[in-house]
Amino acid sequence: MHFAFTDEQVMIAETAKAFFAENATSERTRAAMAETGVDGALWQAFTGDLGLAGVAIPEALGGAGLGMVELAVLAEAAGRHTAALPLLASLTLAAPAILAGGTDEQKARLLPRLASGELVASFATVNRGETPRATFSDGRLTGAALHVPHGAGADIFVVETDNGVAIIECGAPGLRITPLTSMDQTRPYARLDFGGALAEPLANPRAAVHAALTTGWLAIAADALGGAQACLDRTVAYAQERVQFGRSIGSFQAVKHRLADMMIAIEQARSAVYWAACAIDEGSDEAKFAVHAAKAFACDTYSDCAGEMIQLHGGIGFTWEHDAHLFFKRARSNASLLGTPDWHRERVAALAGLDEAA
Amino acid sequence: MKLGFSPEEEAFRAEAAAWLAAELNGPFADVRGLTSLVASPDRRRDWERRLGEAGWSCVGWPKAYGGRDATLAEQVIFAEEYARAGAPPRLNHIGIELAGPTILAFGTEEQKARFLPAIARGKEIWCQGYSEPGAGSDLANVRTRAWRESDDWVIEGQKVWTSLAQFSDWIFVIARTEEGSKGPKGLSFLLVPVDQSGVTVRPIHQITGEAEFNETFFDGARTNTANILGAPGDGWTVAMGLLGFERGVSTLAQQMGFRNELDAVIAAARANGEAKNPLIRQRIAKAEIGLKLMRYGALRMLTDAEGGRLNPSALTYKIQWATWRRDLGELAMDVLGQAGETVAGHDYAFPALPNLFLYSRADTIYGGTNEIQRNIIAERALGLPREPRGDLK
Repeated sequence: MHFAFTDEQVMIAETAKAFFAENATSERTRAAMAETGVDGALWQAFTGDLGLAGVAIPEALGGAGLGMVELAVLAEAAGRHTAALPLLASLTLAAPAILAGGTDEQKARLLPRLASGELVASFATVNRGETPRATFSDGRLTGAALHVPHGAGADIFVVETDNGVAIIECGAPGLRITPLTSMDQTRPYARLDFGGALAEPLANPRAAVHAALTTGWLAIAADALGGAQACLDRTVAYAQERVQFGRSIGSFQAVKHRLADMMIAIEQARSAVYWAACAIDEGSDEAKFAVHAAKAFACDTYSDCAGEMIQLHGGIGFTWEHDAHLFFKRARSNASLLGTPDWHRERVAALAGLDEAA
Repeated sequence: MKLGFSPEEEAFRAEAAAWLAAELNGPFADVRGLTSLVASPDRRRDWERRLGEAGWSCVGWPKAYGGRDATLAEQVIFAEEYARAGAPPRLNHIGIELAGPTILAFGTEEQKARFLPAIARGKEIWCQGYSEPGAGSDLANVRTRAWRESDDWVIEGQKVWTSLAQFSDWIFVIARTEEGSKGPKGLSFLLVPVDQSGVTVRPIHQITGEAEFNETFFDGARTNTANILGAPGDGWTVAMGLLGFERGVSTLAQQMGFRNELDAVIAAARANGEAKNPLIRQRIAKAEIGLKLMRYGALRMLTDAEGGRLNPSALTYKIQWATWRRDLGELAMDVLGQAGETVAGHDYAFPALPNLFLYSRADTIYGGTNEIQRNIIAERALGLPREPRGDLK
């Protein structure tokens, strides 16, 4: 039992932190927001020079062969800067799906190119209650997926349907990709209409979906942790420099207590994220519980902290010019994506044995 | 980063569990499952002594002072097994968790040899003399005075909210030893025997109907001049050092008690059908998550402490658990409905869950209110400015 980073993990965290601080600047993120929502140069540097993109992909398949803790470290660092990257879609949803559910040939063909950034993938899932739904039969996909993250920029899609999981290329005849305007412009969505396009099945659909969701939930939680911490750090700095009534506003309890509450929540979110990451890596019985807990708790924390960031900055926090809305919108995107906090808590309630007989 | 335990550590777990099971199913079956701190005090003393004899009382302390030299992981394991076995809350928890570690950190070799084995062996029970009628959140405002007369410190004044003083042999007292001094300066940290004519303990009945804490009056009370921790006038440093020990391994044992409370709420919800109510399910899920995050937060904090680092998140722990437990008390009553409002008979003594609803109102007050905790977090962890005092202009 040693619930702290190893030296290697500290090094990865510091490297990633410095990389995003230097490159994922507000200016570059805003330039990306005005275009496709992806900072292409950042993606190239992230998947190229930094050499950490394939952190959770085995070495034999072009990755670094590390685990969920290291993946969470990366996602947290990216989240701190609301980096405009298809990291979540490509490397924490699609790649784990292929790794867990693909044939050896599919893995060898696709994963090295995902790790190197040469290919960008996304994961299309059918949300509760949505219609039309996607179906896969006789090698063809029909129906639609309504909200596919980074859908307009992906080269391939892993598509979860009511009857199987399939991989489809963006240029497949019949597939129509319609970019959407997304509230969080650093995580653009697209709609896919499959139109009977040819697709190839994954060997083990159940394992693919399980891996994609588990890794995706963890990565979203880690992104939320990084974002929430950034909200706190920036708001503390502002509260120290902003003077009203002859004092810095950070000296008023009405303000400092709210900042303290942010820290209390963030430290719990940090425990949640790294507990979940370890539990998955160690194959613990708690892994399922932990990842639902992390997704629910970290997303709520981010929403609260980003909301407080706007409130405590006053009018400037409501402007387009200030970065507060980047965090606020990413927090909302994280909460909505792959199950709201309430939905994840309901899973926890079931795991806590509430449905067992009295 | 690793959460699992090694085979050696699991063997230690089996040894501890076997010992606890044998005692609590055998000679100490009557104290098993007790939750109140004040029930059966004589048997609780016996239990403290039994733990001490067998070396299971203060497992993390050095062997030389009656401990077991247990590693951090072993301490964590013992805390978990202790609660899992249904062993009762420690009557001497203030001695074990506060007085002992403070003496270990600030005491002379003579003081360590005099006091620590007696705590570890369950022979001397301790309480804490901090708060006064005029010194609550503003603790440095204490007025209790002490001065030297030949070989003794003589103490005059009043302490309040002294938990478990009625069972204690010793009390540690912050007293003003420099006449005319103000605030944190001029205070000393004295170790005072309770059983003497100069000390009067008067129980205070609390909103639960029980009397766990007291007013403690010092009227010419005496203690030998050897019984001071740190130098005269350095009491504040010692007192603040002690606050750090409130976040030790004992938090994990405390959490196992919380686990039992949450299980009781879940059992009640299953029994009366509230477990199907989606709003109650959300709140129970929040409680489940909150409890796990306390555990993993404590493991982060302890791992860092073992490496000699203070994790700033340790400052968030008190408000976290206190608020969690207060919320649990409210949830318990919402699950129970009117059944929680009444109890048969004439005694004002409620069962565990309704009692939790009442008792947990103290959690967000004692040991530093939630508001003081937020000040500490904001000032020490976030570096925000202090609020100006009203009396030092």
